[in-house]
Amino acid sequence: MSETILKVEGLNKNFGGVAAIVDVSFEVKKGELLGIIGPNGSGKTTLVNLLTGFVKPDSGRVFYRGVDITGKKPYKIAEMGIARTFQMVKPFYQLSAFKNLIIPLYSSRVRRLRGGMYGDRDDVAIDLLEDVGFERDSFVPYKVASSLPHGYLKRLELARCLALRPELLILDELFSGMSMSEVASTLPIIERLNGEGLTILMVEHRLKELFRIAHRVIALNFGSKIADSPPGEIMENEAVKAAYLGSEEEGEDA
Amino acid sequence: MNKEPIKFRKERLDRGIKARCEDIFALSSYREILYLLLPRVLPVALLLVFPLFKDIVGLYWEKVLVITCAIALLSLSWDWLASVGLISLGQALFFGVGAYVTGSLNYAFKWPPLITIPLGTLGGALICTLLLLPVLRLRGVYFAIVTLTLPLLLMRFIETTKILGGTEGLSALTPLPSLWVELYVPVFTLLICLFGFRRLINEDYGLVLQGIRDNDRAVMSGAINIYWFKTQAVFLAALVGSFPGAFMTHYYQFVGMPAFALDYSILPLTAAVLGGVGTFAGPTLGAFILVPLSEVLRAFGTLRVVFYSAILIICVVGLPEGVFHYIRRKYHQFERMVEVG
Repeated sequence: MSETILKVEGLNKNFGGVAAIVDVSFEVKKGELLGIIGPNGSGKTTLVNLLTGFVKPDSGRVFYRGVDITGKKPYKIAEMGIARTFQMVKPFYQLSAFKNLIIPLYSSRVRRLRGGMYGDRDDVAIDLLEDVGFERDSFVPYKVASSLPHGYLKRLELARCLALRPELLILDELFSGMSMSEVASTLPIIERLNGEGLTILMVEHRLKELFRIAHRVIALNFGSKIADSPPGEIMENEAVKAAYLGSEEEGEDA
Repeated sequence: MNKEPIKFRKERLDRGIKARCEDIFALSSYREILYLLLPRVLPVALLLVFPLFKDIVGLYWEKVLVITCAIALLSLSWDWLASVGLISLGQALFFGVGAYVTGSLNYAFKWPPLITIPLGTLGGALICTLLLLPVLRLRGVYFAIVTLTLPLLLMRFIETTKILGGTEGLSALTPLPSLWVELYVPVFTLLICLFGFRRLINEDYGLVLQGIRDNDRAVMSGAINIYWFKTQAVFLAALVGSFPGAFMTHYYQFVGMPAFALDYSILPLTAAVLGGVGTFAGPTLGAFILVPLSEVLRAFGTLRVVFYSAILIICVVGLPEGVFHYIRRKYHQFERMVEVG
């Protein structure tokens, strides 16, 4: 639990005149489950985009296992082992669920990790779907993504990341738009993945669920880091209380 | 009121055959195999046999076949780009560059068609890919505008600089060796490209391309360099688009500015829309409807364009999904009577 897998140093990003991320620094240890919270517009998704190369920072550095990945292209960062989900689901709508997973399985990273061979790719894809809770004997793996409900697509998104065999998994509001029962069934999956040694960075609005599994939580407000503490103490923090101001109760219930 | 017990009910033919999804079949009888094979084998057989009857149908219609195959190849190339999410309005670019490379090689070095056509196809595809490389980041209407403009730009460039024969073009090129070559080379190329594309798009490689069409950011986050894949896709489309240009150059024994004509951009697009986008068979079918139709309408003289456009509008409004999709849907809805119990 001591090795640092991700190190962020003084990250800044402005969109026009709006400061989206202001001087954010933090570290993620190997095997850690780190939560990132903050009110709407506090820069959570921008932070994820900065870490995964979809947006280039104005200043600051991101190190992944000691290697500077600042400003690298998204596919290169993914190639190194950082997988991410999108808050707005991005499945391949015209392909069936298991074929959605063939695409990351085709990447050079997966082929390298599997020793150049990946012959039984369909089986691998269906195994992955089972990992996120889709029965292999059901119709779900064979259904076209556009016909699946939103909660399913969220889990498909998770499976697409797992297909990459990531070392760092970044979940951008995975639970948003999921029903209570879907959240309840997805939560153990994330706990299990983390238990297997996968480092997870979780941006989340569902605070109650997040606090149950996270080791540590960082709070953002207006792009700045306002708190960094274990989940039990973060809501005691005055700055966090002020940021959520009244919406705290709502956040707890959601 | 004693009702006769129901002894028979209707059942769709494809229900018993399809297993789970659209592309896995479980066949248990000769008739079921026939049901699946007939729509695939019959058109291919017809296409292969058609040139043999040249004495019956006449040389005129055999020449229509050649032009139809050329347009069908261009619409295949259009559909291939569309399945990567690149909407092109400029198949004339591929056609024209392929034609000019072949024409100038033959004109300058007097090489035979056996060498110039493959070289023209390959060279044309390379040049087109290089020309389109800077705009691969564009999507949708922006990519379309660039592809629409490029052939027009090249045409005016040749006109004003008077290179490659200028407005006169290059004439007296080597003719193709025989009528059989003229007829069968386009037919075989079309069949190879059609079934090759249909195969490739469902391979892993093709799935990545389809992924780029559906959601390029998700493909990027899957550790895949989408620009490299797009470049390859454009190259393949340019190959298939340059070949008819290269071939028709020797067929006409002439290459000139008409090789960049807007017709070669618009006809393949209309064929694809009429036939049904996204299946490769659709655009091919569309070309085999459009080109012969426009020949039949020649009898009406100037009114031809009016009839042609009217038929086109009726088809597109009546069957917005495309003729191919419509026929396929209806074919799968065939029913048979089965005994109950």
